Amino acid sequence: MTRFSRYRIAFQAILTKEILRFSRIWIQTLLPPAITTMLYFIIFGNLIGQRIGKMDGVRYIDFIVPGLILMAVITNSYSNVVSSFFSSKYQRHVEELLISPVPSWVILSGYVAGGVARGVLVGIVVTCVSLFFSDLDIRSYGWTLAVFVLTSILFALGGFINAVYAKSFDDISIIPTFVLTPLTYLGGVFYSISLLPEVWQKISLANPVLYMVNAFRYGLLGVTDIPIGVALAIILLFIAGLTAFSLHLLNHGVGIKS
Amino acid sequence: MSALLLQDLRKTYRNGFAALKGIDLEVAPGDFFALLGPNGAGKSTAIGIVSSLVNKSSGRVEVFGLDLDLDPEGVKSCIGLVPQEFNFNQWEPVAEIVVNQAGFYGIPRKQAWIRAEESLRQLELWDRRREQAMSLSGGMKRRLMIARALVHKPRLLILDEPTAGVDIEIRRSMWSFLTEINRQGTTIILTTHYLEEAESLCRNIAIINQGRIAEHSSMKKLLNQLHNEAFVLSIEQDLTGIDQLGGYQWQRLDEHTLEVEVSRGQSINGLFQTLAQHGLEVTSMRNKQNRLEQLFIGMVNASRRGEAK
Repeated sequence: MTRFSRYRIAFQAILTKEILRFSRIWIQTLLPPAITTMLYFIIFGNLIGQRIGKMDGVRYIDFIVPGLILMAVITNSYSNVVSSFFSSKYQRHVEELLISPVPSWVILSGYVAGGVARGVLVGIVVTCVSLFFSDLDIRSYGWTLAVFVLTSILFALGGFINAVYAKSFDDISIIPTFVLTPLTYLGGVFYSISLLPEVWQKISLANPVLYMVNAFRYGLLGVTDIPIGVALAIILLFIAGLTAFSLHLLNHGVGIKS
Repeated sequence: MSALLLQDLRKTYRNGFAALKGIDLEVAPGDFFALLGPNGAGKSTAIGIVSSLVNKSSGRVEVFGLDLDLDPEGVKSCIGLVPQEFNFNQWEPVAEIVVNQAGFYGIPRKQAWIRAEESLRQLELWDRRREQAMSLSGGMKRRLMIARALVHKPRLLILDEPTAGVDIEIRRSMWSFLTEINRQGTTIILTTHYLEEAESLCRNIAIINQGRIAEHSSMKKLLNQLHNEAFVLSIEQDLTGIDQLGGYQWQRLDEHTLEVEVSRGQSINGLFQTLAQHGLEVTSMRNKQNRLEQLFIGMVNASRRGEAK
């Protein structure tokens, strides 16, 4: 057996383990995003949206669809990896991987792929829910899918780093509550940044979520506040940076080896 | 080629605690080797380094001729580890834990299921394969960790207190299972606090104390170091009135119980003859203390006294 085949099997084992893990608890992992998104569509899309009218030339309910889908993808990719990897540290079954002949990059890929699998699955569920409220007319399937997966990868990596440093269950909820949620809500999910005063528009540009939401909205609706080339470059830059940092942490055993 | 070779292995934790102060150790292929020491002596740190759970500060680790620094994946492929504490996902079904572990070693899933069935049947867990691991008893959880460690057929099996908290019946069945695995060629390194376990299973032994190897020899040689051995004997007749027993050191524990020390140069046969001459009949006899335990305590205390000076 070649070394590559061994790595492929190990990767599949981690991914299968991860998919089985979140599937076993689907009531906690897959159902809540569907219900939350439905509430968003009913309250913001239907009730409030009718009074707002159009935004960036599209119906308000259609405008918020990409952001809501991406918000679910971000939250679920992140929380899958952070909770799974932290729990593997907490219950010490990360040792199963550390003693096995699996290189760091395969461990990272397996966990990230698990996060992406949950993110994509939840994204599909939320997209299906959105079809009850909005007529999705996808402008670019390739672009939509690329942003969908890349965003999922980026936040899965973020979840991994959070899990590596976390020492208690509090530590895995601090970042999602105090960093991720504000960044997502202020990332143009519910509004176009062109509505903001100029100074806040500039400040908003420092928010990476803004680039993802706009790139995704471009794929779905063909409208964006940000040049899409810049958005893609920013996403790829973040992925490269977080991957390098995650591998550094794993190679040095930070948070998992003494 | 050794199954395990440690050369000047050192580990100092970030808080400055030196857990290993330069240990040298060699375990031959096929051996059943006991690694003993009091709590905090450095046994688990040494095992952690060999199995890649702890980063060493310096020194060399070689497993079946493979250097841990140069070929970590090769070394890991040779080792199966049964740790001291339960370290599996308690929510996962029993069989999945073993199948996943096989996957981490590059065993395709179909074959992994065959191997898992083999391991779980050997350890009498196959009937519980669909249950969550948390529902198993303590003894079953220990056996699950052994099944998991064996699924990739390691050449070196490291057992860190595998029978802790396990009742005597299961402990004995685990002993015979491990003896069989060893007979089939797997090298086994065992740490345990049950010294009679080490004495009955292991051929060679090392004692670690305060981060250093205090003793490294064969079990037989080590036990030969005993200068005297104490026995407790039950005697049919009343012992009142007996004031001496040949050259043997002895004391009366009650009217029918005797404690006798047999020193090097004296024999148990001689003791029996002396007792017979006094018209005393022995109804039962036992060691006052396990022989290895006696030596172990002596060595650890001597080492502590040396450290204090």
